[in-house]
Amino acid sequence: MLTYSIRRVAYSIPVLLIASFLLFVFVRTTFDPTARLAASRDPQVRIREQQRLGLDDPLATQYGRWLKGAAQGDFGKSEVTRDEVSKTIRRGMGNTLQLILIGAAVSCVIALAVGVYSAVRQYSALDYTFTGLSYIGVAMPPFWFGLIAIQFFAVRHHWLLSLGLHSGDSQGFDLDYLRHLPLPIATLCVQIVASWSRYERASMLDALNADYVRTARAKGLRPRKVILKHALRNALIPFVTVVALDFGALFGGLIITEQIFSIGGMGRVFFSAIQQGDAYVLEAWMLVAAVLIIFFNLVADLLYGVLDPRIRLS
Amino acid sequence: MMEQMELINEAEAEPRSQWQLVRRRFGRHRVAVVATIVLLVLIAVCFGAHWIAPYPRGEQDLLLGPTGPGGKHWFGTDNLGIDQLTTLLYAGQISLKIGLAVALISTVIGTVVGSIAGYFGKFSDQFLMRATDLFLVVPQIAVLAIALKKFGHTVNWIIVVLAALGWMYVARIVRGQVLSIKEKEYVEAARASGASSARIIARHILPNCIGPILVNATLAIAGAIITESTLSFLGFGIQIPDESWGHMLSSAEGNYSVNTHLLYFPGLMILLTVLCVNFLGDGLRDAFDPQSRR
Repeated sequence: MLTYSIRRVAYSIPVLLIASFLLFVFVRTTFDPTARLAASRDPQVRIREQQRLGLDDPLATQYGRWLKGAAQGDFGKSEVTRDEVSKTIRRGMGNTLQLILIGAAVSCVIALAVGVYSAVRQYSALDYTFTGLSYIGVAMPPFWFGLIAIQFFAVRHHWLLSLGLHSGDSQGFDLDYLRHLPLPIATLCVQIVASWSRYERASMLDALNADYVRTARAKGLRPRKVILKHALRNALIPFVTVVALDFGALFGGLIITEQIFSIGGMGRVFFSAIQQGDAYVLEAWMLVAAVLIIFFNLVADLLYGVLDPRIRLS
Repeated sequence: MMEQMELINEAEAEPRSQWQLVRRRFGRHRVAVVATIVLLVLIAVCFGAHWIAPYPRGEQDLLLGPTGPGGKHWFGTDNLGIDQLTTLLYAGQISLKIGLAVALISTVIGTVVGSIAGYFGKFSDQFLMRATDLFLVVPQIAVLAIALKKFGHTVNWIIVVLAALGWMYVARIVRGQVLSIKEKEYVEAARASGASSARIIARHILPNCIGPILVNATLAIAGAIITESTLSFLGFGIQIPDESWGHMLSSAEGNYSVNTHLLYFPGLMILLTVLCVNFLGDGLRDAFDPQSRR
């Protein structure tokens, strides 16, 4: 297991470096940090500023300098808001991590429960209901679901709240928070829950029809134990892969969710940065996003090794 | 005895080509057939909007203002009194065009990448699959938004950019298929008789993975339509005067608490289209599966 883990970690480092370089170049060639000076009467101002920021160095040099700063948590100062970029990112991270972690946990639990139930009670009325709902969930743009949910639960009936994560001076985990949470979490998760539960149903069905499950049943094990220990454990392996692969989609979903619910997180940071052409914030944002996605891919890979001994030996 | 009779009958049945079998199995998948018909009708009415739409494109009726669905305007009107059915049809042209074009281009890219990686193996496989991994770890919506800012918000650029970030799944699937098919005897036979690599891939390998490729193309259509609607809703995609279903929703967002119909219909169009495309994909999956009993 140790060799396997080391190999996986070692593989993700070059991926991260190359990805971050490409993203850096991509943002740098799209947005010019000195763009706001373009209108200034004296062209020398912009040139001086470009020199001060080292923008005429080769991109590779600039990347090296930027990465060195980034490794120490320093992304420079935004040329638009004059704030430390790392502070902006850190402020956004708080709300975003709440959304992503709660969202991922909720999605996994619901998808697993629905998938296992549908597979064990295949062709039952509830299985058909779940199937129908998942078709709709996959085919629906998540933001549209969010808008309709706001319309129904917040605007018409005032059961839930749809602005931010807290109202007024409420803080931390309280009733107010619980009334704010369901709509954004549902918007963030509706599509992935639908597709994950379909996936889990299929892999669980495969597992239930496998020979080792028949053997376990024939030995007289309790059905519960057969399902949870023999079938589910094997059905988890493909599930983990999909969860990891879809993590990037969850990150994209944040931009939408935070935008329609006005939650001040990473999605909001991205949104205002792209509208203001804030190059430094976007560079940092891309790096953080790539790190998180790669990190969760790595976690999935390691879990994969735990769940399936064959993988870590090959 | 009866069973034996049936077996004999089956043995003497007319020979059928692969495509005949596929068509037959697809035809028995009722939902998929209905979905395909609905989809074709949708495409026909959207692209025939010029002749079908009840009002000229973008015709305003400022005195009327926003009204709900009714006799004169089936799907209601927006704030400027523009007929929503007309807008929906024209917007559908763009949404559908993007969905179909992105699926076509990304499937072609993915197939080429996947078959080269799978067939030639070694260095090209390593290189192409690592590149695929790289594309999979970037935050998609963010990169798409920046790319469109860079290149412009025209329909053509949206198609190109979405396709450039949408080929990875097809590539992985095609690679997997090619890896197993290239070991088959008929490929070896083709190679022994002197066929070039390009010919082997195009004539002997790819026709045998057409099923998964087509199924994935339908998924790509669905994905592209939803991604486009998301980008346009956020304001990163289609811009006025063009309209897409997603963009209609972003115009509706401001006042949907008053005029809910502006919110429902564009979303329902996306839902209906993507639902049909996915059913079509299910039908194709069963039709191409030799083990399918349908």
